Amino acid sequence: MSRTLHPFNGGIHPDDHKAESSAGLIQAMPLLARYVVPLSQHIGAPARPLVTAGDTVLKGQMIGAPEGYVSVGVHAPTSGRVIAVEPRPTPHPSGLYDLAVVIEADGEDRAVEFQPVPWRELDASSLRNRLREMGLAGLGGAVFPSYIKLNPGRSAVHTLILNAAECEPWITCDDRLMRERAAQVLEGAEVMRTLLGAAAILVGIEDNKPEAAQALRAAAAANTEVVAVPTLYPSGAAKQLTRLLTGIEVPSGGRSTDAGIQVFNAGTAYALWRALALGEPMISRIVTCTGHVARPGNWEVRLGAPVADLLAAAGGTLEGCSGEIVGGPMMGFELMDRAAPVTKAVNCILAKSPALFPAKPAALPCIRCGACARACPADLQPFEMYWFSRVRDFGKAQGYSLFDCIECGCCSHVCPSHIPLVDYFRFAKSEIWERERDKTASDEARRRHEFKTFRLEREKKEKAEKFAKAAEASKAKAEGAGAGDDPDAAKKKAILEAALARAAKAREGVTPKNTENLPPAVQREIAEIDARREQAEPPSDVNHG
Amino acid sequence: MLSALLVLGGLGLVLGAVLGWAEVKFRVADDPLVEKIDAILPQTQCGQCGFPGCKPYAEAIAKGEAPINKCPPGGADGVKRLAELLGVDPPAADDMEHKPRAVAVIDENTCIGCTLCIQSCPVDAIVGASKQLHVILEKQCTGCELCLPPCPVDCIHMVVVKEDLATWKWRYPVHTLRRVA
Repeated sequence: MSRTLHPFNGGIHPDDHKAESSAGLIQAMPLLARYVVPLSQHIGAPARPLVTAGDTVLKGQMIGAPEGYVSVGVHAPTSGRVIAVEPRPTPHPSGLYDLAVVIEADGEDRAVEFQPVPWRELDASSLRNRLREMGLAGLGGAVFPSYIKLNPGRSAVHTLILNAAECEPWITCDDRLMRERAAQVLEGAEVMRTLLGAAAILVGIEDNKPEAAQALRAAAAANTEVVAVPTLYPSGAAKQLTRLLTGIEVPSGGRSTDAGIQVFNAGTAYALWRALALGEPMISRIVTCTGHVARPGNWEVRLGAPVADLLAAAGGTLEGCSGEIVGGPMMGFELMDRAAPVTKAVNCILAKSPALFPAKPAALPCIRCGACARACPADLQPFEMYWFSRVRDFGKAQGYSLFDCIECGCCSHVCPSHIPLVDYFRFAKSEIWERERDKTASDEARRRHEFKTFRLEREKKEKAEKFAKAAEASKAKAEGAGAGDDPDAAKKKAILEAALARAAKAREGVTPKNTENLPPAVQREIAEIDARREQAEPPSDVNHG
Repeated sequence: MLSALLVLGGLGLVLGAVLGWAEVKFRVADDPLVEKIDAILPQTQCGQCGFPGCKPYAEAIAKGEAPINKCPPGGADGVKRLAELLGVDPPAADDMEHKPRAVAVIDENTCIGCTLCIQSCPVDAIVGASKQLHVILEKQCTGCELCLPPCPVDCIHMVVVKEDLATWKWRYPVHTLRRVA
């Protein structure tokens, strides 16, 4: 084809190891006895559980409802009984447990009635809502809710890029998918194009997948161009592929839609086709299981199937297996627990062995060779970010555009000192995110504290006002009585005055002391007693004691 | 000579008038330094610094009346940032024990609904009414522990917040040291 490519800087050529798993057809995984379906399989808010232990569910039944804007639905992978809704292991680098619905399959695999969605008749908004409920999230790895990405908003999207590069070594799930189901993938992409109002579809595929590219070309419509790009990791990163195909560089912190581009993974397009043409919500995906296993290959796996069962389907791990990686060797992470299920984000389970993945030599000091900067496809200076991340000077690391790092691992791969640079960047990023969270929390606490102080002041003022008002009211009432609005007022006043006069008289009656108005004889006697007392004692206060 | 004196004197008067006017016109009501210090303080409003809240402590620091290492919730990191802001050497912060983030929880079986904790909460994070069960809003609780002493039945205790998928952090990469000879 005649399209001019715009190569990005850097990139590496790791051994691709695709042949191990790309030979055989996609196989269906046998139905399992038990599925563990996490409610948080996408970026954003976890789905809200709709079932409790004891409920029976059908295949495709919604068991988690989208909660909030950035969220999608979660569905039962097969029919059976819910035996628990509780924290279970998840495929996450932390190995932390997360809320999941555990379903015991009844083996009948009865489905709710799947209705194909007449998407051409629906308006864009309700179609997007359907996709939200059907659980559509990006299958490339970020699992961002697709319905949000399918809303172009105010920006005019002219090109939909279908990311079929699959540049990560070992992984072949998109390759197999496109070889076997190219027409469906492109039909899904056509729906995306329509929703986005884009004019053209560009399919970017690495030239190490000629069969898949051929299949796509055979199925492509006039508005679709299949572009083979040179095999160079990470050409499958969204920003790098965009630049490669169109020459457009998405600005730092910007969205690709601002530049008129939207990027979707090929697997997501296929899932969209399944959702609309078959009416089936997202309950399965294609997963590569490869590495140190007996029969590497690709499986169509129901979401919620434990990784242990997928490994078993691949003939089990071989002697000397030293753990599994979720995803590829460049960007993936160590699996902590084989009981963790396959989720929307899991595209590959890679069993390791010391021969395939020899232990990295110990890290040596940075020699400032600059190899990482030459390899960085995002045009960053990893060594600068590394120095500042290492000493926890996150502000400066951010100053070197830490958040433009796509964590592709090229820098760590080329580092002659074997420094795990990406580990430092991930560490620095999560520390910065924590600070952001703390900042938000402390701002909220300040606001609440200030309001409480204000509220106490206000209450004090209100109380004082209330008392003042009450005092005024009673005073006014007393005066109002004199004004004579009340017909009885004069009478009441007269009574009151009479009472006051009586009281005054009574008080006068009481006022005289018992030493007054005494007969002269008694008075004289008192005077004599006083005189005697004065003579007997010195005139002081003590005699009163 | 005279004209030079007049010119310079006149200039002085005019510029002085302008400065005087500007001082009144562009007066900054609050000390901006206080705001900056307050932004670094963690806003737990716990009073462990000896001041009734973060803002009074910030004001005291700005006036130079209080040392900057009196805030345990802010930790050594907070002291470092305050020192950077104020351009001083960070004092030793080793007397501050670092506590993991915790929130207060009311034991529902013991609470008698006395409202004393509600009055003591600096951020109004406790909901309840007289003789009604009280509840602490976990998201708003700053973990200041000010509600613990007033409770007559000791039904409030602190629970350390566990990390979940949303708050989990990548750990600092561990260096494997190579044995030399």
